[in-house]
Amino acid sequence: MNLALIKPPLFIVCLAPLAWYAWGVQADTLGANPIEAVTRGLGTWALNFLLITLTVTPLRKYSGWAWLGRLRRMLGLFVFFYATLHLSTYLWFDQFFDWPAIAKDILKRPFITVGMISFALLVPLAATSNAFAIRKLGGRRWQELHRSVYLIALLAVLHYSWMVKADLSKPLIYAAVVGVLLGLRVWWRVQERNRQLAGAYLPKPRGRIISIAVKK
Amino acid sequence: MLIRRPDDIAPSDITPRALFDRRREFLRLSAGAALAGMLPAAQAKLGPGRASVLSSTETQTPLKHVTGYNNYYEFGTDKEDPARTAHALRVRPWTLSIEGLVKQPKTLGIEDILKLAPLEERIYRLRCVEGWSMVIPWLGFPVASLLKQVEPLGSAKYVEFITAVQPETMPGVGSRVLDWPYIEGLRLDEAMHPLAIIAVGLYGDVLPNQNGAPLRLVVPWKYGFKSGKSIVRIRLTDSEPRTSWMKSAPREYGFYSNVNPEVDHPRWSQATERRIGEFSKRTTLMFNGYGEQVGQLYTGMDLRKQF
Repeated sequence: MNLALIKPPLFIVCLAPLAWYAWGVQADTLGANPIEAVTRGLGTWALNFLLITLTVTPLRKYSGWAWLGRLRRMLGLFVFFYATLHLSTYLWFDQFFDWPAIAKDILKRPFITVGMISFALLVPLAATSNAFAIRKLGGRRWQELHRSVYLIALLAVLHYSWMVKADLSKPLIYAAVVGVLLGLRVWWRVQERNRQLAGAYLPKPRGRIISIAVKK
Repeated sequence: MLIRRPDDIAPSDITPRALFDRRREFLRLSAGAALAGMLPAAQAKLGPGRASVLSSTETQTPLKHVTGYNNYYEFGTDKEDPARTAHALRVRPWTLSIEGLVKQPKTLGIEDILKLAPLEERIYRLRCVEGWSMVIPWLGFPVASLLKQVEPLGSAKYVEFITAVQPETMPGVGSRVLDWPYIEGLRLDEAMHPLAIIAVGLYGDVLPNQNGAPLRLVVPWKYGFKSGKSIVRIRLTDSEPRTSWMKSAPREYGFYSNVNPEVDHPRWSQATERRIGEFSKRTTLMFNGYGEQVGQLYTGMDLRKQF
């Protein structure tokens, strides 16, 4: 598979949500409260890209298309891109860079606290998304660091569900998808461990051994 | 020296103002009715309604936003849902029963309610608990005019407003987002306050379904959710009604729910608001700017505790 044919168009597609909101603001098609629509829309897309990124590995595993793995970095960086825009709309249009008010908000409101933690955890992942960082950290440590994406996924869904006033149906859909994606990882781990155990030891007999009298 | 000439018209011959107005109203309505007969029903205008000193002079929120950005969970929880789905609401026939601790319980048809009192235009600020606000020209009459019809008993302390449930027209009542029917409540003295109105229209016209047709409560100094839509039953009680939002999240929503920039919602600040159509945020005013009129209703109360 020639990635040079896939990556540029994919890059453009990943920018489509941003283009949609930019056009919406220009054309006034985002309803009565466009700022809220943009803030929420960008947050939703950060979460969407996070789930898409987490889908890459299962998809690669089950389809056998190894090249999918090489799109993961770009998709992951789009998570950071949309999360940064989402945070910026909050800092700018919601708080107008009133830093004391922002600090108070982060400390006082759990859904803001969780959102900020999620973003803070994304920063080192974005910063180490390059070959230099992998070399510097070493593969294993790099991988351990990047496992925090699972925690980020959980926190992001929590952030969404705590923001909602009463109707939890959409956050619950996201929670279910995250559940499946993280559940798969747990399942693979269990399988892997069983495989290792099977290789290391002889299988232990299960249950009780009973003698059977055979008629002659 | 001033010599007073006796009036050449006896006081008894003077038509009382109220009666005079009612005759004008009658003429206007009958002319309107005659006209309405010739026009499709949807074009029958209710307004303009009498101007009121209680009206705000602020820029009014455009009609498309007033009717396109609504919280009416019976029709879906997205703000755009009601505008899309509320056309199905059956608004005729419509009756309102007023019962409980009253001398004269009554069931009124919507036609009688529309004639109950002269319609006034009340241009009010509306502040949603979510942090946005609008300025809406309502058409209606004081809640007090309605309650006088049934003569509340001395033991009545609260008013409970129960709204419509039409499972066949309301896609939202199938979900358990809130406890249906949607219930709101006021203390009797709050309900009798001249600012509290029953709205039957907005922008000079019949109330659109997504805004709570055919009749709704409007209490401008409280968060928007206190102003129940499409009301079918009013009950006067001696105990504080448990409202739908209090049942849903008692820690977040209190009975009073007065607009108060100093008491934050547990999940967001109430200090500022975004007026729909504006870019910058505004500072939220105590009692949504109606403190001068309603402040005395709450003297001696700790509004942090009784939020």
